[in-house]
Order: sequence, then structure tokens, then C-alpha cells
Amino acid sequence: MIGELEFERPVVELRKKIDELKNLTKDADVDLSEDIERLENRLQKLEKDIYENIKPWDRVQIARHPSRPTTLDYISHLFTDFFECHGDRYFGDDEAIVGGIAKFHDYPVTVIGHQRGKDTKENIRRNFGMPHPEGYRKALRLMKQAEKFNRPIICLIDTKGAYPGKAAEERGQSEAIARNLFEMAGLTVPVISIVIGEGGSGGALALGVADRIYMLENSTYSVISPEGAAAILWKDASQAKKAAETMRITAPDLKELGVIDSIIKEVKGGAHRNVKEQAEAIDMVLKKSLSDLLSLDSDELVAQRYAKFKQIGDYSFVKQFTGVN
Amino acid sequence: MLKDLFSKPKKKKYATIPSERDKQDIPEGIMSKCPNCKKIMYTKELDKNLKVCLHCSYHHPMASFERVESLVDAGSFVELDSEMVTVNPLDFPGYLEKVEQDKLKAGLNEAVLTGTGKIRGNDVVLAIMDSRFRMGSMGSVVGEKITRAIEKADELKVPFIIFTASGGARMQEGVISLMQMAKTSAALKMFSSHGGLIISVMTHPTTGGVSASFASLGDYNLAEPGALIGFAGRRIIEQTIREDLPEDFQTAEFLLKHGQLDAVISRLDLKDKLTNILDIHIPGGVWK
Ligand SMILES: [Zn+2]
Repeated sequence: MIGELEFERPVVELRKKIDELKNLTKDADVDLSEDIERLENRLQKLEKDIYENIKPWDRVQIARHPSRPTTLDYISHLFTDFFECHGDRYFGDDEAIVGGIAKFHDYPVTVIGHQRGKDTKENIRRNFGMPHPEGYRKALRLMKQAEKFNRPIICLIDTKGAYPGKAAEERGQSEAIARNLFEMAGLTVPVISIVIGEGGSGGALALGVADRIYMLENSTYSVISPEGAAAILWKDASQAKKAAETMRITAPDLKELGVIDSIIKEVKGGAHRNVKEQAEAIDMVLKKSLSDLLSLDSDELVAQRYAKFKQIGDYSFVKQFTGVN
Repeated sequence: MLKDLFSKPKKKKYATIPSERDKQDIPEGIMSKCPNCKKIMYTKELDKNLKVCLHCSYHHPMASFERVESLVDAGSFVELDSEMVTVNPLDFPGYLEKVEQDKLKAGLNEAVLTGTGKIRGNDVVLAIMDSRFRMGSMGSVVGEKITRAIEKADELKVPFIIFTASGGARMQEGVISLMQMAKTSAALKMFSSHGGLIISVMTHPTTGGVSASFASLGDYNLAEPGALIGFAGRRIIEQTIREDLPEDFQTAEFLLKHGQLDAVISRLDLKDKLTNILDIHIPGGVWK
């Protein structure tokens, strides 16, 4: 298997052994069918054990897999007639975010997503999918355009975070993210966000104030990377594995915390094993949620979106000491 | 220029919290030492000057209740949601113990104080963050209290003023903390769409998720001199771009220069300037 990860090595090794035995039976005149069957049963069980109980840190590795499908991969499978729009109209075109108009089963939509590169060269051009303010401002421009033409908006989230750089700060990284949160909250068209890879902090959330929020099964969504959390909490970036668990960043965690609407199941071993199949799973979810959302008028949409975010948070009340009896 | 009036902290890259040794150098309580110019002055005089150094104009951190005292008409402040307290949504080890420690240390329930009050007769809703509590970080309680304060301003149809002081997200509340950025921003959008006036006053420090949400969403974005304001931490940026950053990087003055602020205002002038803005908005009103 190409690009296998540490946690799935037992599966890979067992499969290799079965293949060896099969080859052996071909060449030498021995009957190993019973052994092969036994091993194949074991492989099935092992696959079930491993792929149905993926540990948080292993999910992080899948989310970061170099061949994990990107926004443009999904765009080509999910939509037709995609027309990419460039630029924020103020400063430049940030290729860490792509966006444009397209059709989803003949229905016009606007689609926007973070875009990582497939190789080093493309990653440099796309700044590893870490946007500058102009990326967020381009996204917002396209959202307002979608609102004008009454098109639903689909956002694909896949970033380690907004780029921490000098120019980004000078041009108002904070303001650009904040503005998106603010304006997305008021959009009068349906907004659906799907975390397809890493959902890193404010840089991810700036495409995430949506009516429906989904996560691919092996994606992550967090306030800080596991490495960053480990460095801050335990002054030790090598504790990232522990942080990935403590910080609760996986799709099942976010579902349990009530932050996302649902999990989109991944192809066994991760989305990179079969993009087309993965896109079909996303397609089904999009169809359903779009038809639900399109039945709401704009006031209902905005009110429900407000309520959705208002309920996130956990707190309690104490009786305050008001005086001496 | 404002920049000339207030001499900047010299080569001070990170938050200036007086060290234990600084504190021991001087008689506890009676005298205070400025962490910027190192001069010693009577604490009483410093307090009377709204904690602005008498020698170099360095703005010492201000507790939330001191801020109320410095701005709000006597007797007009009514606190909101004072009984709301933090729980542990992620079951993060040791989190509530840390919160309890800060409660005792800072004498606060959480990192933001909210309430209604009057500034020179103008009704406002205020939210004042306090960096002494968990570095002013935003968790569920901070997000919810600010959201409720905005909703209160909307209900009363009065301006909303927020004083930010925060290191960003509350790490121990993970993604719940992140979502408070969306919640508070959505509340401001709702308030704004009704014509509500939003004034943000950024104080030292205003960074991370707080900078990237309500702090930057004022109709008027103001800041105190020398305040550190930015999205990413200076050290992270230096590691990423591998070059030295200008000395004034991410200061209020730097943001003003780069078009990110309406004004940098001395704490001594703040009440006048806020009144100025309020006066222009309140008479006609644009409430929908
Ligand atoms: Zn001084």
C-alpha cells in the first residue's frame, strides 16, 4: 500500500504474508488454502479492530496525509461547471484559499475552501494552505456575491491555521478573520461547512460559521495544533500525541461536544484510499442538508444559525454570597 | 503625534508583569515601580493617574473594577451574570484547580466583567476583560457573558463598549473556546444589523482569538498606547519567517500605522473621547 501509516502496519504486514503464501501455492505444488483462509479471516478481524478504533493521534496522521484529497479534488468530483474566481479586490489573490461558482446537481452554488499543495512547489505557491488576510477577504467577497445571487455556499475547511507572518499582521489578519465570522453570521443564504482535513483554529473557523457543520471521520478541528498545545501546556512539543487526546480534536469528539452536526464516514483507511468514493459520501450529505436548508427563509436561516452558535459553551451558576443573615 | 507624546516601552518584546524582585525592591503597597522606566512613585498617585506612569506614561494593567471606577458615573454600574462560573467541558486535568487559584488571586469569578452603566449620563453596556484571570483567555463563560452583554445592549438599545485584554483562547476548553469567537461575533452582527453602536477598546494584551473576533469588530476600534495587539504570537512569527521583527511590531501604534485602528488614546483622555463618540451617536440614533 502506498503511503501507509504507522498504526495500520499490522494490517499491511498480514496482507503481505497472505500474498506471499498465495504466490507460494502458485509456484510450489502445495495446498495452503486452509492457512490462507485462516489468515484472511484474521485480516478481516484485524482491519475491523484497527480501522474502527483509530486513535486520535492516528487520525491526525490521516488528516495530514500528503495524498489526502484537497478542496480542488472534491470540487472536481462534486460539482460541474466550476468557475474559479480570484482576488480580494484590495491587495491580491491568496491561493491558500480557492473559491468560485459551480453547479451541484444542476443547482448553482458558491464553493470556497482552503487549498493545500500536492507537492513542494504547489505548497509554496499556496503557502501550505495557510491563508493571509486577502484569502479571507476573497472568501468573504465570494460569500457576499453568493448572497446577492441567492446561491447556497459550501465551504471546505482544510488548514493548519491562518498564516503567522509579518505581512499577515500588517494587513490585519485578526480583522480579516473577525470580519468573516461577523458577516457569515448574517448571510441570508444557506451555508454548509465541511472539515475535510485539518481544521486549525481561527483560520479554519473563518470559513466555518455555517448552518450545518460536518467533519470527515478522520479530520480534526481544534483551537491549536496538538504540537502547539503540548508546547504551551506541558512545555514539550513531543507530547503532541497526548495533547491530541486531551484536547479532543477528532470528529467523534466534536460530535459528542455538540459542535458539529454529524460525521461523514470515510473510506476504510482514510479518504486518500478512494477520492471518488469519498466524494460520493459527501455528495449524499450535501444533497440532504441543502434540501433541508433551502426550505427555510432567510430570517429563519439567520435565526437558526445564531441559535446554533449561541448554545455552544458549558457553564454553570453559583449562588452569590449577598450578605450576612 | 500621539507617538511622540507617549514614549514607547524600550525594547520590551513581551508582556510586562513586574517580577517578584521588582516588587521586593520597594515597600509593599505604598510605593510602585514602573516596569518600563524603573522609576518609583507613590502607589496612591499612580492610582490617581489611572495607573498611567507619572514619568513615562506607561499604561499599567488595570483591573476590571478599576476600569469601571475610572469611567462609569458613580453608582450607575450594575453587574450582569455575576454568578456565572466555569465548568470543565473537556474534563481537562487540573483545569478547575487553576480557575480556583485565579479566583482567589484576582478576586474575580472569570476573565470578564459585564454590566450596565452610564458614562457622563450616556447609558451603555460594558464588557471589561481582566488579564489577571487566566491571562484573560476566552472560554465558555467569557464568550457567554460577552454574548449576553451584547444581547442586553440590543434589548436596551444602548451602545456596547468592550475593553479587551486577553491572551486568546482558553486552551483547556479546546474547540469550545474556539467557537466562542463565532458566538460573540454573531451576537455583534445581530446587534449591528439593528443599528447598535459598537466600540472596542483594545488594552494590553489583545491577541489570538479575542483579537480575531469581537476586539476587531467595533464601529470604532480604539487602543491604549503601547498595547500589544495581534493575531499570532511574536515568537511563532519569528520562528516561521526567520527574520527579526520591528521593535514596535504588534503595538497599538504599529496597528494605527497599518490602518487597523481608528485611534490610539491615552487612558487619561479615554473618558472624554468615548463621550465624544457617544454624544455623536446617541441623539439621533439609528435604531431599527
Ligand atoms: Zn514609567
